[in-house]
Amino acid sequence: MREQYPAIIVVVPLLSALVISAAGWVNKRLCFPIAVAALGVAAFSSIGLLLRVMDEGVIVYQLGGWPPPMGIAYYVDHLNALVLVVVSIVAFLNVIAAKKSIEQEFPEKAAPFYTLYVLQVAGLLGIVVTGDAFNLYVLLEIAALTGYGLLAMGEERAPLSTLNYLYMGTIGACLYLLGVGYLYIVTGSLNMVDIARLLPPLYQSKAVLAAFIICMVGVWLKMAFFPLHAWLPNAYTYATSSASSLIAPLVTKVMVYVMIRLILTVFTPEFVFATLALNNVVVWLAVIAIVMGAILALAERNLKRMLAFIIVAEVGYMVGGAWLGNRAGMTGAILHIVNDALMTLCVFMVVGNIVYKVKGYAFENLQGLFRKMPFTMGAFVVGAMSIIGVPPTCGFFSKWYLILGALQAGHYGFMAALIFSSLVSVVLFFRIFEICYYEPFSDHHGHDHPPEPMDEAPLTMVVPLLIVAVILILVGLYTGDIVNHIIKFAIPEGLV
Amino acid sequence: METITSIKPLLAVLVSLLVVPMLVSSRSPNVREGWTFVAAIIKLAIVASMVPAVLQGMEIVYTVAEVFPGVAIKFRVDAFGMLFALVASTLWIVTTIYSIGYMRGLNEHSQTRYFCFFAIALSATIGVAFSANLFTLYLFYEMLSFATYPLVAHHQDQEARSSGRKYLLYIVGASIALVLPAMLICYNLTGTLEFSKQGIFTGTEPKATMTVLLLMLVFGFAKAGIMPFHSWLPAAMVAPTPVSALLHAVAVVKVGVFSVVRVLTGVFGIDLLARLNLGTIICYIAAFTIITASLIALSQDGLKRRLAFSTIGQLSYIVLGVALLSPKGMIGGMTHIAMHAFGKITLFFCAGAIFVATGKKNISEMVGIGRRMPVTMVAFFIGSLSVIGLPPTGGFFSKWYLVQGTLQADQWPMLVVLLSSSLLNAAYFFPIVYKAFFCTPEEAMFENKIEEAPIWCVVPLVVTAAGSIALFFYPTLFLKLAELATR
Amino acid sequence: MAELIPTIIAKYNYWIYIILMMIGLYAMIAKNNLVKKIVGMSIFQTAIILFYVSIGVKKGATIPILEGVHGHGAAHQVVHAADYVNPLPHVLMLTAIVVGVSTLGVALALAIRIYNRYNTLEEDEILAQIRKE
Repeated sequence: MREQYPAIIVVVPLLSALVISAAGWVNKRLCFPIAVAALGVAAFSSIGLLLRVMDEGVIVYQLGGWPPPMGIAYYVDHLNALVLVVVSIVAFLNVIAAKKSIEQEFPEKAAPFYTLYVLQVAGLLGIVVTGDAFNLYVLLEIAALTGYGLLAMGEERAPLSTLNYLYMGTIGACLYLLGVGYLYIVTGSLNMVDIARLLPPLYQSKAVLAAFIICMVGVWLKMAFFPLHAWLPNAYTYATSSASSLIAPLVTKVMVYVMIRLILTVFTPEFVFATLALNNVVVWLAVIAIVMGAILALAERNLKRMLAFIIVAEVGYMVGGAWLGNRAGMTGAILHIVNDALMTLCVFMVVGNIVYKVKGYAFENLQGLFRKMPFTMGAFVVGAMSIIGVPPTCGFFSKWYLILGALQAGHYGFMAALIFSSLVSVVLFFRIFEICYYEPFSDHHGHDHPPEPMDEAPLTMVVPLLIVAVILILVGLYTGDIVNHIIKFAIPEGLV
Repeated sequence: METITSIKPLLAVLVSLLVVPMLVSSRSPNVREGWTFVAAIIKLAIVASMVPAVLQGMEIVYTVAEVFPGVAIKFRVDAFGMLFALVASTLWIVTTIYSIGYMRGLNEHSQTRYFCFFAIALSATIGVAFSANLFTLYLFYEMLSFATYPLVAHHQDQEARSSGRKYLLYIVGASIALVLPAMLICYNLTGTLEFSKQGIFTGTEPKATMTVLLLMLVFGFAKAGIMPFHSWLPAAMVAPTPVSALLHAVAVVKVGVFSVVRVLTGVFGIDLLARLNLGTIICYIAAFTIITASLIALSQDGLKRRLAFSTIGQLSYIVLGVALLSPKGMIGGMTHIAMHAFGKITLFFCAGAIFVATGKKNISEMVGIGRRMPVTMVAFFIGSLSVIGLPPTGGFFSKWYLVQGTLQADQWPMLVVLLSSSLLNAAYFFPIVYKAFFCTPEEAMFENKIEEAPIWCVVPLVVTAAGSIALFFYPTLFLKLAELATR
Repeated sequence: MAELIPTIIAKYNYWIYIILMMIGLYAMIAKNNLVKKIVGMSIFQTAIILFYVSIGVKKGATIPILEGVHGHGAAHQVVHAADYVNPLPHVLMLTAIVVGVSTLGVALALAIRIYNRYNTLEEDEILAQIRKE
């Protein structure tokens, strides 16, 4: 069974989606347990896989026993295994919290929702675990299409925002496909490791350069790297909270993973950093992304949109960190995939809880929330600390590595952008804390002023949220272990 | 330096964190306050139990987790840290008694929240005191900033909101914008952040880099109230008085200067600073703050605001003492942490007691208040003696050493600064006391009957005033700790 | 310049797909009607599919079907790869076509939702309605 983990991780959710769809016909209440079971199995297998990789090193799993380059191989090294664990655990915790929210917002569509949810997760897991470039495109589109379906289930403006996302996402995926096509022309192979083996003599060719740039632009479109980010705020804001708390933490991070995989494994750092020498340009683009994300977030009067722009800034962190071209920066980027997925999950789950109780997410709706929903807001404080970058939450530690990488590369602009973004985050989150804490204003001097009753979200929504908040601190404290035992091996030796 | 590994430092920090669930789930206010006392006493016991080992010259070490190569969340209890931790944990017990009197006397709201965040703030304070490296110190420093915000903004009105903003802007803004990059640059240059006598630098780095780093770190720890990053302190006076007393006279501000002193002695090292002649810059920055703050204090009518500016000046005494780079100066600066704490907390307790008993906040409204609250005003007098630095109060010792330190370091301008600021301190304290006791019957604003604040408020201020006097006769503990720290 | 023209003409498949892509992109950006945008997206995807298929072509090659052999017999026959068009891109593009069709379906479903809500498929009218809300 242990050998089959790579396949189980993708196949179980995939088949469960069918089962959920069928079960939904019979009895709607069966959907949730099957979804939880499927994602639980996926989470368990991904943890098992990570432990195996930490013991044995890289694992290559041939689907159906067909050897590459003809067959599709799943290639699991430390990088994938870590991201797999993150994706599956985020999906698992979120589906538990989503139950009440779905019952409240669209109970009649529960079966399709869970089906799409599990399919989406299957797609994302597949993107992370695969070692074949074309297989990645297929899974990319599976994840994308199910994502569109989930996002469109929201309120009034959701279908239009999703349609705009659809255009941009399709262009992104097609560009990636085109890039893979160019690579196939010059190497004749679709297997990532095989391509990496065949590419070095061709580094100077224009086709390889074109392939790289086209692939990068495609991936940047899908991860909402400024200025290709325009689809993200609308798409995530108008979606239903259970969908946005799945998609927001995961999709952009998985795309960052794809970018890092292309840089580290397919095109190798020698090509990307040495031959191309585009580092500086891309890092400056990342600086602009971070600054613009922060500034645009400041302009928002609506909690969800503000968080969406924060995601744009976070993507800037990761792209900049990866393109700094040194080990510290790459460590920071990979660590930030983990940390950002967790902290985005935390804040979006908080939004889910708030929407469940207060039925709105504009700033006016947030008054007095510290009293009404102390546990939710407590977790929100932890998530906010992580986004600001306060130790011992995990966000601080990836920021540390990113700034360290910037210092080592001599890129003070990137360091300044990171500090600027921290300061802006303090303002962003304390604006919200102020509204939740101070308003509505009243005479607070005791004198028989009855405290507002606590009206917390249901347990199935609060407990996963608190678990995530605790994980944020634990991951922060265990950073040393994560970096030394996992991330260190994910980055090739040559990168200093 | 012999080191013992023991989990006691971690326990000292965690005690007050772990008591928070107890506080939240308490059925009655008395149970809740009881739990706070239990935590405070246990904390003091753990801290005190480590004193004998420290006095013998040993250090107690405990590593929690290694998070970066070469940097861990780590505790090291040395003489200087012990000095600060003793002051903080002792005064927490006293402040808890006072809080009971004050909060119940005014029938304040959200008392559970208040006591919880107080406990977390003390936890962070002890964490700073026992930090072994700059990273751990930064971690607890930030924790303190965020834990004290709900305390500063306790009243939840517009004034609290804007003061809270100022508080965050200066403290968190400075630490993220200045301390974080400086810390990372240090780490990038040297690969370590551990405090050590000879500092972490090899001495080959260019002077410009060292100067910039030093300034970034000194100004970045805005809790030290060094001008121009001082404005948060008067603004924070909107908090309930126990908060102002413990946190803004003892915990928060002393954390700031403690961090600055750690930077000077542990990150840069006295020798490097002397060699690069960087001590003088810090001396002048501190001197400017001392004089300016004392002058502004003269013009303040709000009692707490006057005390706030007095605190700003007194904090820079500590920085000045260490920046003199002479042993006597350093002992003076470090003992001043303790002496000033006792003196200032007495003064703040008195201000709060006056507010609870009479509702008055301004000095101009306190003419003749000595008739009504003699015990309080006598304590106020003793506290002001300690801050000015006159016998028979503990403040005399720290001032004495500071003066000797300026002579030892040949910094005559600094001697002038110290003496003139003492005169200014007297100028803004003595009139308050004089007007309280000696005024004509027409001027007196209060009747002649004695009506003190509730007993829970009066006992602590008597205790701390007595403490200030006791420190004059028995200063040996703090002096010995400071002397060990400078060896 | 004269040497360039044969090179350009030789790579006509690249030019075709680029032109098709640009037409699709133009439709997505410039057209107001949602269905036209969706059709533009479809053209964009089709361009890439055509490109892939075109790269499998070889001069004088025939379709990749082995004559006169059944099942296991094929394993013993010697095959000269140069005689047969590369079947792999075709296979890959089957998948891509399926993906394209699904995307088209989802997009049209969304367009129907939008039409039911706003009663129009012209983007400027929809945006005007949204701004009024």
